[in-house]
Amino acid sequence: MAEVMQAADGTPLKRSLARALRRQKMRALALIAPLLLFVLITFIVPIASMLFRSVENDIVANTLPYTVEALADWDATGTDLPPAPVYEAMFYDMFLASEAKRHTRLGTRLNYETTGMSSLFRQSGRNMDDIADLSYEPLEDLDDAWDDGETWYALFNTRGVSDTTLLDDQRKRVARLSGAAADAEINFAPDAEVSALLPLAAREYTAWAVFVATQNNRDPAERDPWESVAPALVTDLQRADLSGYVGPAADMLRAAQQANLPVPDFTQEFGAMDEDWASLEPWQTIQTHSGTYTSGYFLNAIDAQKTPDGVAWQPEEKQILLTLFGRTIWMSLLITFSCIALGYPIAWLLANLPMRQANVLLILVLLPFWTSLLVRTSAWKVMLQQQGVINDVLVWIGLVADDGRLIMINNQFGTIVAMTHILLPFMILPMYSVMQTIPPSYLRAAKSLGATNWTAFWRVYFPQSVPGIGAGSILVFILSIGYYITPEIVGGTKGVFISNRIAFHISSSLNWGLAAALGTILLAAVLVLYWAYDKIVGIDNVKLG
Amino acid sequence: MANTATDQAFVEFERVQKSYDGEILVVKDLNLSMPKGEFLTMLGPSGSGKTTCLMMLAGFETATHGEIKLDGRPINNIPPHKRGIGMVFQNYALFPHMTVAENLSFPLEVRKVGKSEREEKIMRALGMVQMQDFAGRRPAQLSGGQQQRIALARALVFEPELVLMDEPLGALDKQLRETLQFEITRLAHDLGITTVYVTHDQTEALTMSDRVAVFDDGRIQQLAPPDQLYEEPENSFVAQFIGENNTLMGKISKITGDQCEVTLDDGEIIDAKPVNVTEVGQRTRVSIRPERVEMNKERLSPDAHTLKAEVLEFIYMGDIFRTRLRVAGNDDFVIKTRNAPDQVRLTPGTQIDIGWLPQDCRALDA
Repeated sequence: MAEVMQAADGTPLKRSLARALRRQKMRALALIAPLLLFVLITFIVPIASMLFRSVENDIVANTLPYTVEALADWDATGTDLPPAPVYEAMFYDMFLASEAKRHTRLGTRLNYETTGMSSLFRQSGRNMDDIADLSYEPLEDLDDAWDDGETWYALFNTRGVSDTTLLDDQRKRVARLSGAAADAEINFAPDAEVSALLPLAAREYTAWAVFVATQNNRDPAERDPWESVAPALVTDLQRADLSGYVGPAADMLRAAQQANLPVPDFTQEFGAMDEDWASLEPWQTIQTHSGTYTSGYFLNAIDAQKTPDGVAWQPEEKQILLTLFGRTIWMSLLITFSCIALGYPIAWLLANLPMRQANVLLILVLLPFWTSLLVRTSAWKVMLQQQGVINDVLVWIGLVADDGRLIMINNQFGTIVAMTHILLPFMILPMYSVMQTIPPSYLRAAKSLGATNWTAFWRVYFPQSVPGIGAGSILVFILSIGYYITPEIVGGTKGVFISNRIAFHISSSLNWGLAAALGTILLAAVLVLYWAYDKIVGIDNVKLG
Repeated sequence: MANTATDQAFVEFERVQKSYDGEILVVKDLNLSMPKGEFLTMLGPSGSGKTTCLMMLAGFETATHGEIKLDGRPINNIPPHKRGIGMVFQNYALFPHMTVAENLSFPLEVRKVGKSEREEKIMRALGMVQMQDFAGRRPAQLSGGQQQRIALARALVFEPELVLMDEPLGALDKQLRETLQFEITRLAHDLGITTVYVTHDQTEALTMSDRVAVFDDGRIQQLAPPDQLYEEPENSFVAQFIGENNTLMGKISKITGDQCEVTLDDGEIIDAKPVNVTEVGQRTRVSIRPERVEMNKERLSPDAHTLKAEVLEFIYMGDIFRTRLRVAGNDDFVIKTRNAPDQVRLTPGTQIDIGWLPQDCRALDA
């Protein structure tokens, strides 16, 4: 075995070296720390959280917790509507959600998957009170005291033993629904005896109490509960055994039980409210997308969707994104090749001209950098449009008839021309810096060995300039694959990129999940291409100077 | 003097001039002719025009005026790749993206040499420089000396009749340079190649060449074999540029045939050989090699003039002693003596008499 090298004092040399270098390392780390933190906070964390939205889907389970639970056993591929408990759960979920004004958000989310869900949820939210009143009004008619919040508070508030599990559950339910903490102090705790006797009513009353106390800052003792407690109480009374109950409102409860008040038929009421509820589609949508995480956005991003029967293509008229991805990559490649073709001779000139002329040329190359991107793009609009400079000149010299003006803008041609112009410096500069390092003696040597100018260039000079082409191509391709503003202005409908679609989903349709999925795919595509480049050309062959 | 044109001249420069900017002539009226198989070195300080001459011969620069001929043919209008001249560059110029074998194969491929013949020639060329084992390496994996051997092999592999070398050993350390100097001369002679070698290192020029052309100010100052160049410099530039030299300033006071007397600036009189001085009264720069100065009066003729000298410094250099003297007001007069058993080691402050044979002391232009 090899002997461990030791320092003069007998400690292992490696450890002693590490100790000596530690200070240096700490100092280096301290120097980069500000930038590291800045990048982490302003760049990496936001991007990571944005990308996380592409799989995040807890809004369904947060908004409709009991419905999702009740729907779990329903066979979505069959022809039967969900059983009654599903409709009942939906009523209570929807009631709370509409009071919290969260049902429309869920409607919007589900509308990405099935058109019509948004308006269905919006309208249904408004109708929840009407269904609750079916129980509330008969109860009120029976005894005016039911109309008084104090009666309910006295009935459910604790008289010694409280049901902390129920309280905690409802705190969580409200917090998840509203997206805000619900752990503030409450002047209420559900009584354990009543919650065992009247579980559904206790649950809904507690949810209400938590909501008004934590989200509205009101004292539940002084407020009237929502009407949803009435159908819950009536439901409970149908099977509650009140014989041993001696607590508050015992007589009122017995009277109500004897009156045998009707429980709303939720299935029928939902169907009457909107016939869509009597069809399979909304239920299938809810069940299919009830998971906390979803692949739905990614499937949407490649023109597919989740259905009860598994993954399927989107309807033909909604398929657009794959075409856009293909177009983005294809046009980025075209732009990259145009940049190579136009930039190579310039870079060669720059590297081989005497210093003074090269500097002038370099300024000309850099000039576009100093003007605003928007101005440059708009200038192309002026140049290329049908009444623009180029068409005017062509008509004037008679190459093109006045009624046959060329369409050079608001299509792919316009995007390629404008983007090639804008990205050209990114190609020229790396090529130039690589070509600068190729000594002219190589070409001389090749010629002295008998090579013609062309052979000397192609066999000796060009292979050595490939790293510059590689670096420029990577820069230009990656920049153009995510380009937004230029295609937006000169691309029309045929020349837009996937990034324009991402921007649309971020700012117009507000489908951030889909936007994040598209962005993630774009990022992955760039990484895959980078990897492929590394395999084929070798990343060591990329030089920026 | 610079023109030794013969009928069998292989490379010829005829009244060649070169200017880059139309104002200054970098090469002024160059005339040179080399027979086949000669190893000629262009030696001179930087900016003397030697590299420009080489580039004109290779075809990378065009002569502003005059004619360059190769084997009797004017080549002014022949592009470099058709001249068939092998060239070795100072920075080797090995193609970094090709292996050693591919580098050597390049000149053969562009000449459309068949594959098997190519391989045979490559191996033979690598054999000449003892680098057969390195065929598969890339230039970056070789040391400087190895790279220069490959560059040499590449310049020889297509069997050119003329090889140009532009300071090929400039970037190497001393020991390696000496080894390669020897190898290059041996190869050039064995293969009978005509070689034009550019350097600013006079030792290299003296040890390698058949003839040396000393360049200065766009002209050839002297073209001669190394021994002649060292011992019989034709003007004071050559005398000072080649080897170490003592100079004394004075005036010609008497000329008799191939001997003259020079009155130094402090009035002393010495014997010298007139080289490019012609008349009495002319200012002259007298040049004596340090090893030709004699301290022993018995070795000089009885009527020879001697000078008083004071020893200023004695330096022990191993094989030789180097003694600095004050002679005729010049504090930098150096003499070199062999470290022989009977040699005296002079101590500073000693007064001695020195002298020399008249033919060793050359009276040149001032």
